[in-house]
Amino acid sequence: MGEAGDRLTRGLTTVRGAASELLLRSAVVVAGLLVWQLVTMAIESAFFPTPLEIFGRVIETWFSGSPGTLFLTEEVGRNVAPSLMRLLSGWLLAVALGVGLGLAIGRIDWLAAMLGPIVQFTRAIPPPALVPLFLVLLGIGDGMKVGLIAVGVLPPILLNTIDGVRSVDSLQLDTGRVFGIDRRRRLARIVIPSAMPQIFAGLRVSLAIAVILMVISELVASTDGIGFGLLQAQRGFRIPDMWAHIMLLSILGLALNSGLTQVERRALRWHRGARRRSEV
Amino acid sequence: MTVTRAPRPDLLAVAGLCHTYGAGAVATVAIDDLDFEVGQGEFLSIVGPSGCGKTTLLRCVSGLQHPTAGTVTLHGEAISDVPEGMALVFQDYARSLFPWMSVSSNVEFPLSRLRLPRSERRERIGESLAAVRLDAAADKYPWQLSGGMQQRVAIARALAYRPEVLLMDEPFASVDAQTRADLEDLVLDVWRRFSVTILFVTHDIDESVYLSDRVLVLSRSPASVVADIPVGLPRPRDQIETKSADGFVRLRAEVARLIRPARGAETAGTSI
Repeated sequence: MGEAGDRLTRGLTTVRGAASELLLRSAVVVAGLLVWQLVTMAIESAFFPTPLEIFGRVIETWFSGSPGTLFLTEEVGRNVAPSLMRLLSGWLLAVALGVGLGLAIGRIDWLAAMLGPIVQFTRAIPPPALVPLFLVLLGIGDGMKVGLIAVGVLPPILLNTIDGVRSVDSLQLDTGRVFGIDRRRRLARIVIPSAMPQIFAGLRVSLAIAVILMVISELVASTDGIGFGLLQAQRGFRIPDMWAHIMLLSILGLALNSGLTQVERRALRWHRGARRRSEV
Repeated sequence: MTVTRAPRPDLLAVAGLCHTYGAGAVATVAIDDLDFEVGQGEFLSIVGPSGCGKTTLLRCVSGLQHPTAGTVTLHGEAISDVPEGMALVFQDYARSLFPWMSVSSNVEFPLSRLRLPRSERRERIGESLAAVRLDAAADKYPWQLSGGMQQRVAIARALAYRPEVLLMDEPFASVDAQTRADLEDLVLDVWRRFSVTILFVTHDIDESVYLSDRVLVLSRSPASVVADIPVGLPRPRDQIETKSADGFVRLRAEVARLIRPARGAETAGTSI
């Protein structure tokens, strides 16, 4: 066999390696589900419905609509849409605020000296502890929930942005200065792209926290939303429905995270390439 | 001390330049009273032992850093900030190129200050990349290229800016010997074609003599001018012929002797 043949063999081995890894991983998932199913069938507890029953309930409640509505049911509009609206408005508000403020603090020394301690202090507050405060300040409406999410997820975005901006290579900034690029353009073309990997790290963390805060705010005070539905199911002793809501939340979390990962993959293609190169 | 006047009118002049880092008891004098001129279109090399303050000198000349004392003048005007018409090629190409921009965007980057029409921008990018023979790599990213190619991108970026003065800070210190020879010839080629003035800092004696019209020898830290040596070797220069010519051998020995006593007080282990 020639060199090309060797390369082909090597390529196939890698493909086979990746395939067997995928196989192993899905086998573990299937085995886990199987154990879950068998155990819940064996104990026949009203508190632990079988996973098949839970999945069935998820599909029935939210994904059994007509093809015209993308198979989504009216229930999606009633309880999922308000949750998503709160989640996304709170999160986007925090992204705008956190990235903007982070850029300023990261670039302006006196601002960092002034606001640094406050930022560090607020980071130490567990976001759910803010619920009572926001209830008092903003009542039980959407404003409270959006505000809570925005403030609660701000610290990771802010801190990561500050950190990213601060670690911009001085040689890259000097390069910008040598070519007479003004401050505003240096920010847009050097500082922001260079800080992007860390900003995205902050976005990912904050999105997970946003889901948590959305649920908490809806459990505490709400008349609609997934958290509200979850609480209603529990109070009405509809245990399979309760489980279905929990399952829906995890599906939602996964979907949001993979959506963000897709955006990140596109935006940071250069970063993965450059990092892979420097590891060689 | 050999003193010669530049044969051409002075473009850039450095007078009484001093730079001190820190103050009081911990102050470190990096540059001590430097004087020299660079003529229009001249290729001037500055050699000196490692860590003698060459980088500080270039940062002061480029306006990136304010010297503690003394002046740098371009066209008779004192430089207070980064002047137009000056470009700098750093030693560390991997850090000075932007990894999120393609090769052509990197080359286009300095043009944003100049507010050129789109067609002229395209033209300059094409011309600069062609000058460093990287036309085919325009759409690649810097990290997809070898070290020597990356430094060529950095040179193309500087050329696109059409500087009057091109400052180069040990640009070939981190590439292998063969690539280095190729890059030296490439710099000579663009120097002639773009009729740019080059101030080339290096710690490599052969390189300084091979490339230049004049070699400025600096003492060890704090840097001051030890000698100003004209290089009368004929052009175009050739890696093999020029480097084996009697004149070249004599000059490199002269520069080496000037640097050696300067290195005398230094600890062993500094390689040149």
